[in-house]
Amino acid sequence: MVDAVQQTWMPGLAGERARRRGIQRLLRRRSTIAFAMCVPLIVIIAGLVAYPALYAIYLSMLNRAQTRFIGLGNFTFLLSRDVFWMVVEQAVIFTGFAVAFKALIGLITAHLINNLPVRGQRKWRGMLLVPWVIPLALSSLGWWWLFDPTHSAFNWLIAAFGGQEIPWLSDPYWARFSVILVNVWYGSPFFLIMYLAALKSVPEQLYEAAAIDGASAWQKFWHITLPMMRNIIAITVLFSLIVTFANFDIVQIMTAGGPRNMTHVFATYAFMLGIKSGDIPLGASVSLFMLPLLAIAAVFILRGVRKRGREIG
Amino acid sequence: MRHASLTRRSILKTAALGSAAAIAAPYVRGAHAAGKLTLGCWDHWVPGANNTLTKLCNEWGEKNKVEVHIDYITSQGEKDKLTAAAEAQAGTGHDIMSHRDWNIQVHHAALEPLDEVIKELIKQNGPVSPVSEYLDTVKGVWHGIPATIGSQVKPCQSRLDLYQQHCGLDLRDMFPADEAKYDKAKTDKWDWDLYLTCAEKLFKAGNPVGLPMGQTSDAVDWVGALFNSFGVVMVDDKDNIRIDSAETRQALEYLKKLMAVNPPEVYAWDDAGNNRWLISGQGAGIMNPPSAWAVAKRDNPKVAEQVWHHAMPRGPKGRFVGQLPFSYGLWKFSKNKEAAKDLLLYISQRESVRQLVAASSGYDIPAFKSMHDFDTWKTVEPPLGVVYSYPPRGDEVTSITGRPARAEVGAQIYNQAINTVMVAKFTQGNEKLDNVIRWASNELEGTLRV
Repeated sequence: MVDAVQQTWMPGLAGERARRRGIQRLLRRRSTIAFAMCVPLIVIIAGLVAYPALYAIYLSMLNRAQTRFIGLGNFTFLLSRDVFWMVVEQAVIFTGFAVAFKALIGLITAHLINNLPVRGQRKWRGMLLVPWVIPLALSSLGWWWLFDPTHSAFNWLIAAFGGQEIPWLSDPYWARFSVILVNVWYGSPFFLIMYLAALKSVPEQLYEAAAIDGASAWQKFWHITLPMMRNIIAITVLFSLIVTFANFDIVQIMTAGGPRNMTHVFATYAFMLGIKSGDIPLGASVSLFMLPLLAIAAVFILRGVRKRGREIG
Repeated sequence: MRHASLTRRSILKTAALGSAAAIAAPYVRGAHAAGKLTLGCWDHWVPGANNTLTKLCNEWGEKNKVEVHIDYITSQGEKDKLTAAAEAQAGTGHDIMSHRDWNIQVHHAALEPLDEVIKELIKQNGPVSPVSEYLDTVKGVWHGIPATIGSQVKPCQSRLDLYQQHCGLDLRDMFPADEAKYDKAKTDKWDWDLYLTCAEKLFKAGNPVGLPMGQTSDAVDWVGALFNSFGVVMVDDKDNIRIDSAETRQALEYLKKLMAVNPPEVYAWDDAGNNRWLISGQGAGIMNPPSAWAVAKRDNPKVAEQVWHHAMPRGPKGRFVGQLPFSYGLWKFSKNKEAAKDLLLYISQRESVRQLVAASSGYDIPAFKSMHDFDTWKTVEPPLGVVYSYPPRGDEVTSITGRPARAEVGAQIYNQAINTVMVAKFTQGNEKLDNVIRWASNELEGTLRV
């Protein structure tokens, strides 16, 4: 009887064991586990990045009422607009100056901190990261108060020392300076932390060998530090270029694109056309305009990074 | 263990029993038997004003067994417009939304026609403001219902003492708190030439008027009113660009003189910049709804006591005041449209509007001229009658920048602030008049894109 029962149950057990073995084999495959662990990220990227991006591309090819496919009509229309070309010029100035100064300030401060005694480094690192940690909308509002057109705190100080007040936000050129300044203030800590990490990874022996050969501080920097940091510099600059080109908060809060449209960048101009004026396809076209250029820049920069990586490897 | 199986026969049997029970049971009407309505309304800056709308909606909801839920959405950072754009795009969200300036036109394809509601309201209250009609209708069909909450005009808001002291003008005598006492000879004197003369004197006295010249609605609205009073048409209703005209040149030349006696920071002011200018006590006048006066009443009462709202100056083509109307739109995707229309009718009744106006201390202006006789505008103080002439009275006509162009074009002219950028280019940027007009023509041509 017992045997009979066992015989009855044996095929089921064998099947269960085989199934478990199959799952274990599947899980033992590295690629399967890697894929499974990436699924949440893939879902998030597909839902929150890929889908909106594709939808934006689709929208940019529709007419204003979103009833008709017009191909690249929105893009060719933009090319014929004076204000759009002004926005392109401003975005390039904004991004160029902001990224250059962020990289420079990041590099200098990273070196300064790296040369501090280890105990003091942590404190400085923490303090210098504060601008990057504060929500950008909040810090932009704080800066706006400092630059307030009528009751600027900076102007109050300047006047207290007998200086002439500066039209921070009411003069278009000062307004451009102000938004770039805030972007540099906000973004420099990112460069600092990336460069500091890169500096820490440069082998000390290289500096020791250079010192034995009598190299000066500048020569050490130029021939050891900089070549060893090139990859991280390239990636950081690329990332910052993309993020700065897409900046919205600072300009929207401080100037909303004015005076005379002279501080608009792509995102604020897209917002004005798409959301405020109700032309979502044209707004989408503005926001996508830099995509091909940035993609080409990304390909070249990342190719350089890979090449240098292979050379080091 | 035996599981009860779910067969087709058992489902039919249960359904039949259920139906029989429903038919046999006495009629029971739940608290919200007629469903639910959700509203996305502008978050009023006057404390307590939202409560009155909530109270009115709840009253209606209880009477009609509809659960009403209101989300108050701020216009700070254009959050209201962003929400409307998202709901229109997604095809889901609130049933009713309040829309600012051109948003009914922007979203009209997604909005339910509301002709039956407005016809009833016009029958009750007479004609509606032409600006509201222009913004709420598309090819003769009403897609929006004028909302009282948030609707505003932007007339002069001046300091009685400073105008008296430096310009020798008694504004209270010119615009008394009783329309019947308006003297045409006196009000006719209040034109743009006199305004400029006063502005120059006030500038010299260290108390300039503060007229914003940025790209936000306060700037766009007052410049639009001035353009109208000079007869400037940017684009007409047949898509003709008419900005290159003698009227435009005359208006811009006038503005060159006027902006020279404004504080230089007006080019960077947002909608709060002029308010702060008046509240600080330095400014002699702005063009604004009574929000600046209301804040001064709290923060700087001595300034508030000297503030007087009155009509805009008259130009060669008449006296115009910038209007910024709000409207209710009912999304086509709403699942409770009939109830929504009934609610809109209820909150637009004269008695409801009276309560809303009182709750906002007269800030909200109904679109029906017949409702401009509420006591609120007579009784608000200090000084008594301060907001009496805030609603358009006498020969003052409401206007909106972009009109009479077709709405899609007008919406862009307004939202891209083409008029104020023009003025700023000429007055601040010192660009040549011909170049400014050429630039504007090019921009206006862009707005005609289909």
